[in-house]
Amino acid sequence: MENSKIKLSLQLDVDAFLPADPEEKQSLVVMRESVSFWRDGIRRFKKNKIAMTSLVVIILILIFAFILPSFYPYSYEQQIRGSENLAPMQYSEKELAIKAAGGDVFPHILGTDSLGRDTMVRLMYGSRISLLVGIVASVLVLLIGSIYGTIAGYFGGKVDLIMMRIVDIIYTVPDILIIILLMVTFKIPLQNLANTVPSFDWINRVGVGLICIFIVFSLLYWVGMARIVRSQILSLKELEYVTAAKALGSSNGKIIRKHLLTNVMGTLIVTTTLQIPSAMFTESFLSFIGIGVAAPMPSLGSMTALAIDGVYSYPYRLLAPALMISLIIFSFNLLGDGLRDAFDPRLKD
Amino acid sequence: MVQYIVKRVLLAIFSVWLVATLTFSLMFMVPGGPFLAEKSPSAATLEALNQKYGLDQPKIVQYKNYMLNLLKGDMGVSIKQRGRTVGEIISTGFKVSAKIGGLAILVAISIGIPLGCLAALNRGKWLDNVIILISTCGIAVPGFVVATVLMIIFSVKLNLLPTYGIATWKHYIMPVMALAFYPIAYITRLMRSSMLEVLGQDYMRTAKAKGLPQSVMLFKHALRNAVLPVITYLGPLLAYALTGSFVVEKIFTIPGLGNAFISSITGRDYTMIMGTTIFLASLVIFMNLVVDIAYKIIDPRIKLQ
Repeated sequence: MENSKIKLSLQLDVDAFLPADPEEKQSLVVMRESVSFWRDGIRRFKKNKIAMTSLVVIILILIFAFILPSFYPYSYEQQIRGSENLAPMQYSEKELAIKAAGGDVFPHILGTDSLGRDTMVRLMYGSRISLLVGIVASVLVLLIGSIYGTIAGYFGGKVDLIMMRIVDIIYTVPDILIIILLMVTFKIPLQNLANTVPSFDWINRVGVGLICIFIVFSLLYWVGMARIVRSQILSLKELEYVTAAKALGSSNGKIIRKHLLTNVMGTLIVTTTLQIPSAMFTESFLSFIGIGVAAPMPSLGSMTALAIDGVYSYPYRLLAPALMISLIIFSFNLLGDGLRDAFDPRLKD
Repeated sequence: MVQYIVKRVLLAIFSVWLVATLTFSLMFMVPGGPFLAEKSPSAATLEALNQKYGLDQPKIVQYKNYMLNLLKGDMGVSIKQRGRTVGEIISTGFKVSAKIGGLAILVAISIGIPLGCLAALNRGKWLDNVIILISTCGIAVPGFVVATVLMIIFSVKLNLLPTYGIATWKHYIMPVMALAFYPIAYITRLMRSSMLEVLGQDYMRTAKAKGLPQSVMLFKHALRNAVLPVITYLGPLLAYALTGSFVVEKIFTIPGLGNAFISSITGRDYTMIMGTTIFLASLVIFMNLVVDIAYKIIDPRIKLQ
């Protein structure tokens, strides 16, 4: 009776209208902490033992290829006179003499080749070239392919039709033939450019063959990426949040950058990781048939090709580069598979 | 269906033309010429040679002549290999390459499909794990590594198989195995995953509920559906057999088309470069076309665009 009387007189309880303190607010939140797409993916990735192992192996190979050579006493082009064709851990007479005199000679862990170059350090440089080609080419493919695919998928209609027809045509052309032709075509003009124009002399420092491979791969390999990105964008752009963003007046560029690309990120990472071994495959193939990276720079492919010539006398020489290239490609394949399991939204359970 | 086929054929013809034009223009951008070998000829000889092969004419005229001749099926004479036409060289080379490539594809299919099925039917058991392990390793090993390892084992160590040439059937074993290794691994993986997918389908449960014998269930219901992705892989497989042949032919010194292609590029043999590139490209493009159309005919679920 007393209560209803107060309400009728519209005398409100002032305390009920005080702002809530943080503690009170927290008690009203019923959701658990939100798990972002990335954290969810990383958690799943960490649980995958095979993928984690391959990641560790890749990091070890990266250290082996990029850091170890600077501490190594031999260089990849250094020809040690009198130490030709040594077996693993063998010393030449000269080196034995130095050792006998109390000097210190670093062992040739994997022996030397017919020109007296240390195989171990060449293996490091060869791995470096393979990794560089794989990673740089894949990043270039990622950039070109995702931009192209996004534009085609987002604008649709005539733009999409024309852009995808171009992709279809490039897709039907057997890439390896064109790659070989382009490699031969680009090499000498690039060499001239590097030698005559001073601002392009960085080409020589990186290596003409390598630059050639980057250009050629990015010219041809982006089509697969473009197709994948386009199909994803096609379905994503129909979703409500894109309509909402449009209704709120976002520009096309902002929608693509903030709403679409962030959502295909998982697919992009997976496709790029799987692109790395395939680029390395092609590079080793090109170097093997003799039109890849130029001598004296070693590549795992050209090292194998050289080793074949002496296969009867020195079969062990074949083993190191062949195993290395297989190991690198193997780990990247497994890493890519693991990333796909972790980040591909279609596989999420 | 007719419309789809016409569209695809037109696209394929356009692609072949594009490859031809691209090759033609790239070829002349490459520095050096076919006559600048070890001993450089005098200016007069060079001029005479250029005139003989029509290389003195403007590029656009050369292009027109070449294309017109190509339509008639004439690919000219080789500049480096005197007196032999490009057509001749390609057909002798192709016979060798096709034999090795075809055998490799056959071996890959006839080993890959059963292995994949076996793995899928034994899912999670040790046999499955072994097959997965081998096939995962298999797709990580480049063809030249397989070829050289085979060579060390069978020729250098065991002295069983010859290392070069194609004189007897023994000569074919290593090249074919080296070429088939990667596709075996790939087809096994492909077959395993598609078989697993099919085995989980409702119609497989229905077949089992009906009491169909295991063999009918597997061969009539499962295999026929599961083999479809392998058919789509046939196009890329052919392209792979071609590029793989470059390496295998180099390692085992086989006088095939891949060798002819590489040596024509390094020797700047213009007519041979054009001929081999156009031939190989058309082969891949039209095989892909045939596979795509066949796929749509085999699987009615695929909608024609």
